[in-house]
Amino acid sequence: MKIVAVCGMGIGTSVLLKMTAEKVLANLGIDADVESADMGVARGAAQTAEIVLTSEELAEELGDVPAQVIVIKNFFDLEEITEKLTAAVE
Amino acid sequence: MALNLAEAISSIETQAVAADWRAAIRLAGAGLVAGGAATDAYTAEMIAAVEQHGPYIVIAPGIALAHSRPSPAVLTGGLSWVSLATPVEFGNAANDPVTLVIGLAAKDHDAHLKVMQALAGVLSDSAAMKRLAVAATADEVRAVLGDLAAAA
Repeated sequence: MKIVAVCGMGIGTSVLLKMTAEKVLANLGIDADVESADMGVARGAAQTAEIVLTSEELAEELGDVPAQVIVIKNFFDLEEITEKLTAAVE
Repeated sequence: MALNLAEAISSIETQAVAADWRAAIRLAGAGLVAGGAATDAYTAEMIAAVEQHGPYIVIAPGIALAHSRPSPAVLTGGLSWVSLATPVEFGNAANDPVTLVIGLAAKDHDAHLKVMQALAGVLSDSAAMKRLAVAATADEVRAVLGDLAAAA
């Protein structure tokens, strides 16, 4: 499974989100490849990814993509991310 | 022992006063400049990033990660830490108001991964964040970060 964590710049928030998501995926036993990307790269990457993780503001900016877009409020809340990822992969 | 975040942070300011989110980011930018991590131009780039993409940098309740992309305005790269005496609204519905602004400057996409791992470790540790929230001086912040690195 391919997952893209998206932020505006690709070096800060998306990297933190990728780290939390990897922790959650390992806990869930889901084999997935998570990459972090900025908005420009993400529009391309989101075409081939199954899931996009991002914040509310950026989800609006990203617009329509084939991937399932999951909005994360707290990038360090393992429970929130576990719940949303579990719902997304079911 | 994990990387000690205190060693990666070039400037720590506590009980800082900022009138609004731009002022808060300017403090974080000034910290990066003081530590030789970036130039003043980078501060303007961090503010422009929020103007362009919205307040998405408020990544968890009370925490903003001010940053822009690698650019000529980034010198060595690094982190700055600004805790605010009075919380500031960034316009982020889920996570306002902000009490801690971390400034981040990176030379490229990979150079700072170890620092980001250490940062994620600290910011996701709610017990640690409670201790850091009441740290009244830069030395106290450094002491808590040092303890965390030693325990990790």
